[in-house]
Amino acid sequence: MLTPLLSQARPLPGAPGAHAAQVDISHWRSVLGDVAAGGGRLVSLWAETPADTPARLHAAVIVDSFPTADGSAHTQTGLLQLSATLAADQQRFPSVHEIFPSALRMERAIHDLHGLRSDAWDTRSWLRHTSWSDQRYPLRDAQMPIPTTEAPADAYEFVRVDGDGVHEIAVGPVHAGIIEPGHFRFSVVGEKVLRLEQHLGYVHKGIERRFQELPALEGHRLAARISGDSAVAFSWAYCQALEACAGVTLPPRAACLRALALELERCANHLGDLGALGNDAGFAFALSQFGRLKERLLRLTAATLGQRYLFDYVVPGGTAVDPEATALKTLAASMPLLAAEVQRLHGILDEHAGVRDRFSGAGIVTPALALQLGLAGLAGRASGQAFDLRIDLPCPPYGQLAPKKALHPGGDVAARVAVRFDELLESCRLIGDIASQLPAGDHRVEVPVPAADLIGLGCIEGWRGPVLIALRTAKDGRIARCHPHDPSWHNWPVLEHAVIGNIVPDFPLINKSFNLSYSGHDL
Amino acid sequence: MNWLNWLDQFIEVLVALAAAPLLLGWVNMCRAWLQNRSAPSLLQPYRGIRKLLHKDAVLAHNASSLFRIAPYIIFGTMVAAAAMIPMLGTRLPFTAAADAIALVGLFAAARMFLSLAAMDVGTAFGTLGARREMMVGFLAEPTLLMVIFVASLMTATTALPLIAENLAAAQLAIHPSLLFTAVAFAMVMLAENARIPVDNPATHLELTMIHEAMLLEYSARHLALMEWAAALKLFNYACIGLALFVPWGLASNGDPIRLGLAIVLLAGKLAVIGAGLALIETLSAKLRVFRAPEFLATAFLLAVLGLLVRLLQVAR
Repeated sequence: MLTPLLSQARPLPGAPGAHAAQVDISHWRSVLGDVAAGGGRLVSLWAETPADTPARLHAAVIVDSFPTADGSAHTQTGLLQLSATLAADQQRFPSVHEIFPSALRMERAIHDLHGLRSDAWDTRSWLRHTSWSDQRYPLRDAQMPIPTTEAPADAYEFVRVDGDGVHEIAVGPVHAGIIEPGHFRFSVVGEKVLRLEQHLGYVHKGIERRFQELPALEGHRLAARISGDSAVAFSWAYCQALEACAGVTLPPRAACLRALALELERCANHLGDLGALGNDAGFAFALSQFGRLKERLLRLTAATLGQRYLFDYVVPGGTAVDPEATALKTLAASMPLLAAEVQRLHGILDEHAGVRDRFSGAGIVTPALALQLGLAGLAGRASGQAFDLRIDLPCPPYGQLAPKKALHPGGDVAARVAVRFDELLESCRLIGDIASQLPAGDHRVEVPVPAADLIGLGCIEGWRGPVLIALRTAKDGRIARCHPHDPSWHNWPVLEHAVIGNIVPDFPLINKSFNLSYSGHDL
Repeated sequence: MNWLNWLDQFIEVLVALAAAPLLLGWVNMCRAWLQNRSAPSLLQPYRGIRKLLHKDAVLAHNASSLFRIAPYIIFGTMVAAAAMIPMLGTRLPFTAAADAIALVGLFAAARMFLSLAAMDVGTAFGTLGARREMMVGFLAEPTLLMVIFVASLMTATTALPLIAENLAAAQLAIHPSLLFTAVAFAMVMLAENARIPVDNPATHLELTMIHEAMLLEYSARHLALMEWAAALKLFNYACIGLALFVPWGLASNGDPIRLGLAIVLLAGKLAVIGAGLALIETLSAKLRVFRAPEFLATAFLLAVLGLLVRLLQVAR
């Protein structure tokens, strides 16, 4: 089913290796089955319900078996957007959650937002709690008002675990610390976790609906705010998709500056996480040391790119600011020093018996389970899933930068810490390289208003994993549909598996080692 | 000089009440310094207590009277314990009423009320904390008893002031049995006062808490008393340790000058203990909950070793 589809797929500008192909809805499941059988991975699943045309179902997948242009037997990796049109009165679509387990929650979200139901067993709402009626669908119903009234109590049906001595611990959505809201329902015997069930959607803000009210040339600002820790990744992905629609080629200097911003964002997040992981193991020394390094990095970022957190740095056609040569020089000179300090702290954390005891063996996701559940990004690489967009599907300038892939087969908290250290040191090198060899030229070019009904895909390896933006333009330079996707969609369900058999007090540490986004997931 | 002894007793309890938050503030200050942070004020625990006392208490709908009175009982228990420990002088009239074994019993009573109150409202976290507290307690109490028994064997009494007096008067020598029990006592002190490596007093992660989880439902004056009682417990433990292992400098009669000297000396000793506590807490990570029994079993083993060494010495 898949092979003829791949040779007919239409290449898309934008994300490297992007293609689009139409699928008959009756073949939906078999095509995606072929994708999985060929070692492909699901990136995202979303729907579109325009007012005047039939509903469409889309899936973005990464496939290794694209034929090469020269027609040889070799294949190449590519990003494929599969689209299927539903019949006019069709409200049900075939579920692919048995092929890609992570699809289940995305299909439930499609029902909440579009009213299209998959034929999967789980028909509970996912993103919709009780703040709006189950008869209204925000992305189908343009007239639907923004819910304002206080929501009635939610009677979400958690899966009950029965047995002698089994009891439930309900945690959240309000937590004791300043963290995002999410509900965790543990079924435990004593301290041992038998089952964890998550309930997310508390920070659903209607981002996808909001995109449809914006001019395409302004969407990058909203994209940057989908998940604050991945601002550069999301806004770059959005701009990549938009520039593809508008037919703009990015000047080399702009691409390098975006990569600089992305790596600075990755470094800042890894530094913050490593400190927080130490702190969650009761080792506050790590928090203050990594906090100090993160602050230094943020100040360097502000001195070079003008902002501590890079919310509005990536703009259509390039970047907002062109850094000064002196600032770049300081940045390039500072990175080896930062890397040396990180290495020293790495040594301390590695040698500390107490910290090691907490990290190793906690929250194991075996490579086999990671493959089955589609664990993505950083957490995936810590469970032997060797996929990194910067290396496997590089967009400029990553082809020349040749970053080294971090990979660890352990799958426990220690492995996720090790991958963070490896990536952090590699990003320090990349930042130094980019800052010292920045090509001359424009840092920004004009982007014309894109024509109507064009599609563009943007896919960027953020610090957490691959971030996708799928864009369709409307007339008058507006957005018809914009679907942002965060890797947390794949990794949240894996976290439920990672804690099985662990003890309750180890959950915060395991959770932190994934550090998944609520905002980027709830949209 | 009976009335002077009563004055001594009175001053001692007052000093314990007033200085307990200060010790906590000192530990927090040292910890901040050791972690390269700028330290909170030494008086921060007092400010916390004052703030809480000015707030209106909020109680869960289903809280029983036990939940309301537990803070007073626990606070009272800690004050009573403070009266039995020789902090400044050894002629404490109150000790006639209770000895070191009763002291351990007082701590156990406080623990029982704390755990019952934690389970009273019926939240998952309170029960979780109570469960873990009992797990720590049933291992820590025998160790504490064993530590005291070693000192009792050496001094032929179970009254703490007399133990301290006899140990201070004894010829200065290295007692291996006391060395073993001192390590055991330090470990019990960490566990009983919810310090790292057994518990983390600074955490915001409900699922990992032991002591803090039991206080989550408390607010205002109840919480203030609970926190004050926790500070008092740490102070009491530090003073037990001093009485057993560094008993020199206690006023053996109600002489006001000796008493004043004893206060200065106590402040010095506690400063050292606080700094040591902060050092241990900075150097170690928190143990996995199920390693806590191993930690306490080690403490118990050390205390038993101390006892055996003592018995062997006597037999020889």
